[in-house]
Amino acid sequence: MNGKLRQFVIGITAAAALACAGASRATGITGAGATFPYPIYAKWAEAYKAQTGVGMNYQSIGSGGGIKQITAKTVDFGASDMPLKPEELDKNGLMQFPTVIGGVVPVVNIKDIGAGQLKLDGATLANIYLGKITKWNDPALVALNKDLKLPADNITVVHRSDGSGTTFIFTNYLSKVSAEWKSTVGESTAVSWKAGIGGKGNEGVAANVQRMKNTIGYVEYAYALQNKMNTVQMKNRDGQFVKPEDSSFKAAAAGAQWDKAPGFYKILTDEAGKGSWPISGATFVLMHKVQEKPATGKEVLKFFDWTYDKGGKLASDLDYVPLPENVVKLIRAAWKAQIKDATGKALVQ
Amino acid sequence: MPMFLREASLKRHTVLDLLFRNLTRVSAFGVLVLLAAIIGSLVVGSMPTIHAFGFGFLTSSDWDPVNDQFGALIPIVGTLVTSAIALLIAIPVSFGIAIFLTELSPRILRRPLGVAIELLAGIPSIIYGMWGLFVFAPLFAEHVEPWLSDHIGAMPYIGPFFSGPPMGIGMLAAGIILAIMVIPFIASVMRDVFEVVPTLLKESAYGLGATTWEVMWKVVLPYTKVGVAGGIMLGLGRALGETMAVTFVIGNAHELSKSLLMPGNSIASALANEFTEAYGELYTSALIELGLILFFITFVVLSLARYMLFKLGQREGQVS
Repeated sequence: MNGKLRQFVIGITAAAALACAGASRATGITGAGATFPYPIYAKWAEAYKAQTGVGMNYQSIGSGGGIKQITAKTVDFGASDMPLKPEELDKNGLMQFPTVIGGVVPVVNIKDIGAGQLKLDGATLANIYLGKITKWNDPALVALNKDLKLPADNITVVHRSDGSGTTFIFTNYLSKVSAEWKSTVGESTAVSWKAGIGGKGNEGVAANVQRMKNTIGYVEYAYALQNKMNTVQMKNRDGQFVKPEDSSFKAAAAGAQWDKAPGFYKILTDEAGKGSWPISGATFVLMHKVQEKPATGKEVLKFFDWTYDKGGKLASDLDYVPLPENVVKLIRAAWKAQIKDATGKALVQ
Repeated sequence: MPMFLREASLKRHTVLDLLFRNLTRVSAFGVLVLLAAIIGSLVVGSMPTIHAFGFGFLTSSDWDPVNDQFGALIPIVGTLVTSAIALLIAIPVSFGIAIFLTELSPRILRRPLGVAIELLAGIPSIIYGMWGLFVFAPLFAEHVEPWLSDHIGAMPYIGPFFSGPPMGIGMLAAGIILAIMVIPFIASVMRDVFEVVPTLLKESAYGLGATTWEVMWKVVLPYTKVGVAGGIMLGLGRALGETMAVTFVIGNAHELSKSLLMPGNSIASALANEFTEAYGELYTSALIELGLILFFITFVVLSLARYMLFKLGQREGQVS
């Protein structure tokens, strides 16, 4: 009996010791937040660990959760699809920087209209989502699409039912191009929709659009691409019709004046530039300006430094758009200037 | 020679008894403490909205995160309506299943059928949701909803509840999916309690010339009514709190509409949809208060059911 008990105790101790060893080896950096960049952060973490041995553990719990966790300092960095306003950053002693760019694309399901055929402009899109344009053969739509035969059917509008960075970018764009949208609905990760039905996640919106005729919805660019959905062309600020593709997102990012945006508060919607897709946006990382654990803070910066240098290919593979070189330069400068340890010494020189 | 317990051994037993009794007590009270803690944190979490909106929160149909205007009317209505539809469908069907399994089914079929129904209860709710969205909703939109709005939609009083564009998702679809989900719970409880009815009672009724229906309705059901009501409450509890399956098929629109074919929202699905990305004190607090309301609704429904059973039991003594 005693012998058995001793064996049991030894077994437990050994297991506990092993578990501890495993845990200590796995310490790396931790982050939490937005779901949109999760696939690429996970991919980067895997590649980074293979190269450097430092692990990055990212929990995709949603932007709201990410902001709460970084404010409470339970993680080393937070991630959000919706950038915080400079005053909110100051209030919590945070700084933020963009990591990758993604876009939002309207998708439609109309009889006899193929991918990329339908043309829309901002005002028309806003009026459809406001419930003011209710038929596909509305004069506003016909004027934009003289070469298409649009049906006289009702438009069914589909939006996200869950709070989402995608919705934030989409409603931010509509607020910029439509005064009525701005005053009656506004911009946020979830808004008070005036029309339509909600689908949960990109897949929920996509399922509703593909299942029902005469629908319009909006999904992430990568999702639309991978599922070969019927996208539309959008008229951008320069009056050009553009298709959603890598180059048009890059054009939007390159044309943006990041240097004039304090705290990188910049949403890439309705940007100038001939080829720029009007509904793009970056996803952001949040860090404390004063790092209580400078060693960990340094690891976080090293990780993102590596992603800007080496992570572009992985991002493109997953249909994200890497940041242009000039923006990366600004971010590195911001790290130097803003992230310090408790004594006020900059973390990166 | 009688055996005497030695002093030491007796002492050891008393200590062990004491230990065991306290252990069970701690477990039992632990549940109560946990319950109180959950209610407490829900109340604390919803304080900001209680201060901001008061009772108006319950009657307002606003839900505007941009301007921080929140009201719970639409999700409350959605939760109650979908659960009511679910029970309306599930109770008769479950009753039928239970009668068949206990009285009419050939012995050889009982076990496989019973197991199949219990298996249905084990399917994760997200599967019901996916199935509802991808398989059920298209069929419903194409074959059932047009018929409903053409035939019933034109009727004078109930018409408005069944008119609208056939989208396949909405309150009615959510109620039907919920019914499918709660049927296994209700049916298996009903079957179990029907099985404990003494054969003597049933045989006596049959002996007096009663039909199967009369035996079920007048002997078995009165004998098992507490158990049956318990099963229904179990189903209702699940229907009220069901999250993922409802989220997929209810349409998730913060709109109050008379028609059951139109999209709506339920408390649980609003929470599932919006909690992750809710940012700002009032928004989070509004969602937590929704949780508190759901808690309260469940509590009231269960207490009402208990009270009803109690009254029923009392009357029985007087009448018969």
